[in-house]
Amino acid sequence: MFFLDNAWLTWALPASAFVVILFFGRRLPGKGAEIGIAAVGGSFVLSCAAAAQWIGRGTIGEGEERVRGAVDHTLYTWFSNGQVKVPLGIHVDGLTVMMLLVVTLVSLLVQVYSTAYMHGDRRYTYFYAALALFTASMLVLVTSSTTIFLLLGWEGVGLCSFMLIGHWWEEKDNSDAALKAFFTTRLGDAGMLIGIIILFFANGQSFDIARLNRAALSGGIDHTVLVVGAVALFMGVIGKSAQFPLHTWLPDAMAGPTPVSALIHAATMVVAGVYLVARCYGVFWAAFRVGHHPAWHGISYVAVIGAITIVIAAALAFVQDDIKKVLAYSTVSQLGYMVMALGVGAWTGGIFHLFTHAFFKACLFLGAGSVSHSGSHHSFDMKKDMGGLWRAMPITHATFVIASLALAGIFPLAGFWSKDDILLTAGKNGYNAFMVVGLVGAFMTAAYMARTVYLTFYGEHRGGHHGGQHSAAGHAVDAPHESPLAITVPLVVLAAFSVVAGWLNGFGVHWFAEWTRNEVVVQAHVPEYKFSAPTAALSMAVAVAGIGVGLLYYLRHAFGPLHRATERSSLARAGYRFLLNKYYLDVLYTDIIVGSIKGAIARGAYWVNQRVIDGAVNAVGIGARALARFTYEVVDQKVVDGLVNGTGASAEGGGSVLRRLQTGRVQQYAAFLFGAGAIGALALVLYANQGAR
Amino acid sequence: MNVFDHWALSGVIFVPILGAILLGFVPRAQETAQKSVALLISLVTGGLMVGILARFDYNATDKLQFVTDRRWIDVIHSRYHVGVDGIALPLLALSVFITIACIIYSWDHFPEPHNPKAFLMLLLVLETGMNGTFCAEDLILFFVFFELVLLPMYFMIGVWGGPNRQYAAIKFFLFTLFGSALMILGFLALFFKGGNTFDIPTLVHNGSAIARSTQVLIFAGLFMGFAIKVPMFPFHTWLPDAHTEAPTVGSVILAAVLLKLGTYGFIRIALPVLPYAARRWAPWIGLLAVIGIIYGALGSLAQRDLKRLVAFSSVAHMGFVMLGISTLTSFGLNAAIFGMVAHGLITGMLFFLAGSIAERFNTREISRLGGLLVQAPRLGWILGFCAMASLGLPGLAGFWGEFPAILSAYQPAQGLNIALFRAFMVVAAVGTVLAAGYLLWMYQRTAFGEPSAEFAAIHVHDVHVPEWIAWTPLLLGIVAFGVYPHALFHVTDGAVHGVTAVFTSRAS
Repeated sequence: MFFLDNAWLTWALPASAFVVILFFGRRLPGKGAEIGIAAVGGSFVLSCAAAAQWIGRGTIGEGEERVRGAVDHTLYTWFSNGQVKVPLGIHVDGLTVMMLLVVTLVSLLVQVYSTAYMHGDRRYTYFYAALALFTASMLVLVTSSTTIFLLLGWEGVGLCSFMLIGHWWEEKDNSDAALKAFFTTRLGDAGMLIGIIILFFANGQSFDIARLNRAALSGGIDHTVLVVGAVALFMGVIGKSAQFPLHTWLPDAMAGPTPVSALIHAATMVVAGVYLVARCYGVFWAAFRVGHHPAWHGISYVAVIGAITIVIAAALAFVQDDIKKVLAYSTVSQLGYMVMALGVGAWTGGIFHLFTHAFFKACLFLGAGSVSHSGSHHSFDMKKDMGGLWRAMPITHATFVIASLALAGIFPLAGFWSKDDILLTAGKNGYNAFMVVGLVGAFMTAAYMARTVYLTFYGEHRGGHHGGQHSAAGHAVDAPHESPLAITVPLVVLAAFSVVAGWLNGFGVHWFAEWTRNEVVVQAHVPEYKFSAPTAALSMAVAVAGIGVGLLYYLRHAFGPLHRATERSSLARAGYRFLLNKYYLDVLYTDIIVGSIKGAIARGAYWVNQRVIDGAVNAVGIGARALARFTYEVVDQKVVDGLVNGTGASAEGGGSVLRRLQTGRVQQYAAFLFGAGAIGALALVLYANQGAR
Repeated sequence: MNVFDHWALSGVIFVPILGAILLGFVPRAQETAQKSVALLISLVTGGLMVGILARFDYNATDKLQFVTDRRWIDVIHSRYHVGVDGIALPLLALSVFITIACIIYSWDHFPEPHNPKAFLMLLLVLETGMNGTFCAEDLILFFVFFELVLLPMYFMIGVWGGPNRQYAAIKFFLFTLFGSALMILGFLALFFKGGNTFDIPTLVHNGSAIARSTQVLIFAGLFMGFAIKVPMFPFHTWLPDAHTEAPTVGSVILAAVLLKLGTYGFIRIALPVLPYAARRWAPWIGLLAVIGIIYGALGSLAQRDLKRLVAFSSVAHMGFVMLGISTLTSFGLNAAIFGMVAHGLITGMLFFLAGSIAERFNTREISRLGGLLVQAPRLGWILGFCAMASLGLPGLAGFWGEFPAILSAYQPAQGLNIALFRAFMVVAAVGTVLAAGYLLWMYQRTAFGEPSAEFAAIHVHDVHVPEWIAWTPLLLGIVAFGVYPHALFHVTDGAVHGVTAVFTSRAS
């Protein structure tokens, strides 16, 4: 089992590539891109080999309990504290292998794509360095056997996200977006840090995740502690996987180059939160009693957050004119699906949706990038610069439509199977309300994707003549045309996966479910359900209706009263503005909360520092000088000297001692303080003696 | 024991000051000779330190090693007793290597009024004071070295400092001296109550026999001496002024080593000698520590001056160190020592960078800077790296000072109020978010964007050769300790358990 035991090689390779590219990349003929592609390609091959070994691995247990045993491998002791030894190790099971494949494949395709898309960029080499570091961090995250090592990968992807969103940091908007992403996720991470700590102690002072799951499921951890730990841990998920109410950073993150949006903000990093819940499922399962029938009053904290996210993000996708923003809100909404799935007990459905979504969403983002690269003069504005591109960009068009249909959940494409699994399980587990939310979300998804496809590829071409928004490449050509092979090949590959990825768990086979099954799922008795035609028909009908409504509205101008409703009805206008302003959450966060901390509160604290605390210090200094002056001028010169004058020459000595007090020299202060200290010492010793008696 | 084991530690302590005297004989005009001598002396010290690191028995980190114990001042029973264990060793190494980096950095960076000879002499005297403090096992010896540090730093700020140097220098001096006065009081009380001895290991043995009310009083004296040095809120106001006015190298030494004298004092003296009092005081120390974390972060957010911002961030970071100490647990103390080393490397680097930036642009006003990544990309990258390290990114050294400290607060030593410390834990975790805030906003304003119109035309030299030589070891250290924290934890762990053993039981 070489490739399973040594799955750490998958991250060691790109991590080394990062160092090589950073220090030597600029001197290489390919400017570092070749190193990055080779390393991630190597990781992909290793992942495939690991997958093959995993599938070939024998199972243990019988019937319902049948499962492939996870592989644990410790590299070295990371740190220790007395008896507590924290290993730096990997834990490989079906979930890990699946993530390895997704991360390395999408990373590889994005790197190939970027050779064309980022060609001639100012910081081409650094871009590749950051991509390599990102892949390494993400692979650390998914292979880690401990929460603390997972946190390293977690923060690592956050760092890379920061670097890549702010890739064009000359413009303040981009660096603002980078900072916002980092702060928002960091806020969630503060909670996650506490969650990790609580669960560390609950788990008998161990960070080991497998052990944690076992303890949680076997009732070895007090339920209250478990709930607090799970809620805290989930804060990290809310931040990283852009769940309501911390989702606002993700749309802004589109300021980064499009391949980054595809890789980080759709296919991999943002699913880290979903992965965390799936990985620590024992904790969430036991804490929120996900599996209890009747469904613990139908409420699961995780599912509620996911459900809210599905709807609020999908609604926002309708009012965006920027194609990447539509896709960003779509990502938020789909992440909501995954989180909700895990919240209602659809473990397989959740990670299956993660799997399929990675392909079609990466395809959509890269397609949007292809459009801007070759069709719209580096603009992402669907209303101003796109439309009618299907003729000029046949491959981009075809792949984009396929991926959109997959996202909308049309049979038999990938998204259909995963979404169906979620809806089915939600219903069967008794979470009917969440199933309804899922269906509403499916309708909205289909509708906004219909709008997007229509605005981008059909209708009149609205291409303007203004210069590009991003100066990534200086070879803008006048007429829209198809992108080069480095761009279209990844699109085709991803489109192909968008079609077939779902078949791993469709058409009556359950390979995906079987391969990803792990010991946690078995121990928790997470239920699996067979495909059900009525549910599938329902979700399919909803999706078709969504597309139909969307197309009718834009193509045929149906639903007349709705058109220009914002011009006629103040209520519609208010609603539209509410959506345009993203429910005013950004105003609340950026202007009110951050603004007041940065402004009034910080300045207030500093004022206290300078005026009150330091003021007191200075007052003591001034007071001491005043006292010294008083001692000299009044006590010494008038009183003492008066007496001394009477007694004669001995005055000289005493006067000069006291006179030194007020000269402000350090040495005298020192002597003064030591004198005071000596007196104090005497007092203390006397007091202490008293106390001892 | 061979000769090396006997004398190496004394060598590390006294070679610098002897070197300073030697430097005094080098003619004033021969600056290169002066620098070479100073560098040589620091390297000899470094060589001895490497020998100590190599010969140290890492399986017995709780034992004092390289011990020298000789008669010194008989009349007050004070002995020349030095030695290192797993707690002192990393800090001693930090002090030795940071000094080398400082001498290399200052090669062609001597601030006005120049005079490298005097500057380097002070630096070497300073090193003797710092090294001695970390090795001293006798209270009077400790006190002498502790105070020896004051004068060179006073002159460094007062002579080579910025426009407001007089005020800052005197404030620094008096503030710390005030603490020292109370500290020596505590030492004297320990002498009389702890069996007429200043010997620290003996006092550790005798200390818990001191009457509890007396312990609490003595601890108060030690607390003032150490807390001012750390500095803990609300005794921190000397720090921003001292840092702002100090020359770059002074700031680096101040942040990297001097502040640790205070935290080291807590771990070496206050906690083990007075365990009962430590437990009584721990909640207050913890409270001031978390106030410091938030307060320092808010102070940093309000700053417009680069150096002052880093100075306030020190208050926050030392808050994490003190929080770890206040839990009286092995996790907390390990974290504290790790935090000291990490803070030494990272904040030391940040002050180097602030100095280098100020030198290039003649201003530290953050709003006037911008576009550093355009004009000096390497400098900009290093600044970004250090900012990330400072905000506690896992995989870099800063994380291992912060995270275990927060962790230790979840389960403080027996007898401490668990709910209270868990509240501290939450506040400290919020502090990590604020840390990201002030560091990244600083980075955005200085490094991102285009250079401001004011500096757009000037040529900015990217990182110089002496800067590379001085910084590379620090940067590598930040990565190495971050990736492999065991390297440091396994040095401190045994010794830390020796200190905390007394707190794991109820009796003391």
